[in-house]
Amino acid sequence: MSKKRVVVAMSGGVDSSTALAVLKDRGYDCVGVSMQLWDYSKKEEASGATGGSCCSLDDIHDARSVADRLGVPFYVVNVEEAFSKEVVDYFVKGYLTGRTPNPCVKCNQVLKFEVLLKKALGLEADYLATGHYARIEKTPEGLRLLKGADPDKDQSYFLFTMTEDQLSRVLFPVGAMTKKEVREKARSLGVKTSEKKESQEICFVEEPSYTDFLSSRIEKRTGEIVSFDGQVLGAHTGLFNYTIGQRKGLGLSGGPFYVLDMDLPSNRLIVGPGDLLYSKGLVAGEINWINRGAKEKARAGLKADTKIRYRHPGAPSTVKLLEDGRVIVEFSEPQKSVTPGQAAVFYDKDEVLGGGWIEEAVKD
Amino acid sequence: MNKIYFDHNATTPVLNEVFEAMVPYLKDQWGNPSSIHWAGRGTKKPMEDAREQVCKLLNCAPLELIFTSSGTEGDNHAIKGIAYAKKALGNHIITTKVEHPAVLNTCKYLQKEGFDVTYLDVDSGGMIDLEALKAAITPKTILITVMYANNETGVLFPIKEIGDIAKERGVTFHTDAVQAAGKVPIDTQKLNVDLLTISGHKLYGPKGMGALYAKRGVRLVPLIHGGHHERNRRGGTENVAGIIGMGKAAEVALKDMDREIEHLKTLRDRLEKGMAERVPHIKVNGHPEKRLPNTSNISFEFVEGESLLLSLDMKGIAASSGSACTSGSLEPSHVLLALGLSHEMSHGSVRFSLGKSNTVGEIDYLLEIMPPIVERMRSMSPLYAGAKS
Repeated sequence: MSKKRVVVAMSGGVDSSTALAVLKDRGYDCVGVSMQLWDYSKKEEASGATGGSCCSLDDIHDARSVADRLGVPFYVVNVEEAFSKEVVDYFVKGYLTGRTPNPCVKCNQVLKFEVLLKKALGLEADYLATGHYARIEKTPEGLRLLKGADPDKDQSYFLFTMTEDQLSRVLFPVGAMTKKEVREKARSLGVKTSEKKESQEICFVEEPSYTDFLSSRIEKRTGEIVSFDGQVLGAHTGLFNYTIGQRKGLGLSGGPFYVLDMDLPSNRLIVGPGDLLYSKGLVAGEINWINRGAKEKARAGLKADTKIRYRHPGAPSTVKLLEDGRVIVEFSEPQKSVTPGQAAVFYDKDEVLGGGWIEEAVKD
Repeated sequence: MNKIYFDHNATTPVLNEVFEAMVPYLKDQWGNPSSIHWAGRGTKKPMEDAREQVCKLLNCAPLELIFTSSGTEGDNHAIKGIAYAKKALGNHIITTKVEHPAVLNTCKYLQKEGFDVTYLDVDSGGMIDLEALKAAITPKTILITVMYANNETGVLFPIKEIGDIAKERGVTFHTDAVQAAGKVPIDTQKLNVDLLTISGHKLYGPKGMGALYAKRGVRLVPLIHGGHHERNRRGGTENVAGIIGMGKAAEVALKDMDREIEHLKTLRDRLEKGMAERVPHIKVNGHPEKRLPNTSNISFEFVEGESLLLSLDMKGIAASSGSACTSGSLEPSHVLLALGLSHEMSHGSVRFSLGKSNTVGEIDYLLEIMPPIVERMRSMSPLYAGAKS
């Protein structure tokens, strides 16, 4: 029988490099692939910089070195168009509509598990592998998406849009490992990237901050900062410069004031004391159910832990499915800074049951 | 796995006789050709012999040939050299939309320096309209630069006619002949070209070598200032081994040209006929007759060229599409877009550029493996499902 072929999505970082090494050890016929997200020539000409912290030319070079060292064929595929349309535009549009978007979820959803997966299948691959910290489990009821074994590194939150079909074609080779194990494996292989710094910020924003990135793409509209009870307290520099729960950088005397909400039609930033940041629930849309049983249960109210941002520990809650496919999540304890545009992901212990995009916070 | 090379417009392998000719100049003959002593004499004469070999390929005089480091350098030297030399006479340059980046980006740079550039359109066969060229010439036009043969489609431009127009209007004419040299006969004495750029590694010579033909009397501002090398036109101690290799390659190209043209045409026609019989929804891009004998650019509808190329590579076949980005991935072809191809069709194009060592058996192997690859990719395309039903 011929070996199963896997296309490994390589960012040049430790995790995907190790994913490749692990699969090679297991005897797969591996092909390394990096995605080109930008037209680097234009970018370098314009700014003299070399892209953000992910998928830059240097990263592609690192990925190529790792593949070469492991004797694996390596390709770079051009996904500029999809990236610009599906991720960057989404990101900018999110801020334009007063949300705090999550481009990493979108990038996984569209670029990795649609565009790249399709390219992999075109190369006669049986699977696409990535360096995500998450696990896939086969059960009699179907495939399940689980948290990564390393609780500090779990990335299942970013994967809630995956379909069962995608899960059947995807491998997460480092999902069962801890970051420490991954680094050790990388080091034992002499992988050049084993000491590489973690990518933290939004990968494609290489300007000093995301607000600089947006400033060059969105017209700046200054407006009023208003307290929750209607008093004008000051002026803001454009709504996209702020996020829910933010305290620093408001330039107000008195307080402390926190960003509670954004009123798009009146272009006002609503602030107030910290205790008003808490919400007892949320409404989320574009729900993807990975566990279909959970969806059925949600019609009557599903007990689940809901994560409302990547670093959120998850809060006990009841998830109720509405007629139109959206859900209302009611927390057992009020949660701080529910932010429209971020994802709400429902867990049963380690299992991702499903998730959706937060549309609004429910305060009372 | 069989390795098959169908990417000769990207580069060619160094011929054995070229390699053998170069070896002494990498080892025993290391003298500086500018030196007056025995060491210099050991390289000066062979270098001038090599110059004559290249001149024979282009039918020009030795003093009209400047050795360069690449085709790109030749293009830069010709275009900037004329622009700066004739600045007082005008600031207008005419070129086409389908030039190689070595020409396009040099022109774009000159635009930033205050020059005006007209980029002529091409028709669906990749041809320019000579009337449009005539109409574009103004009293300020100092340079026309049009490629001899297009690297992606192989389309041959009417160089003689353009040269006649340029001469009549008193405009300097440069042609980037990097893809044509060695593949089709080039006679500078019959063409009215003032400047012509070629490259060594496209004609089975070494990389890092090129040459610029500059007609006697054409005044150029040097690109690289330095010593008196190349008659004060290009500073820098000569790449002696590279020059010897390029000379040998030019000699072989001239000697074998008629036979090679027949060989390549036979293979190309077999490829295109066979592909049309086996794979539906394809289109051969570029003018059907006026093109290089070795180049076949085919659009496969409903398929991404990049994915096709990767699949071919995994079966040992090297082909190409568009030009490569710095990262090694592909960018959409400005040439095919200029031909009026839709984004989809230009994305789905593959360039097969054949060479000396290719065989009928290799073409047949390609024809055998291509249909299932294309079919598999199309089966994943929603557009194809729609077109079939």
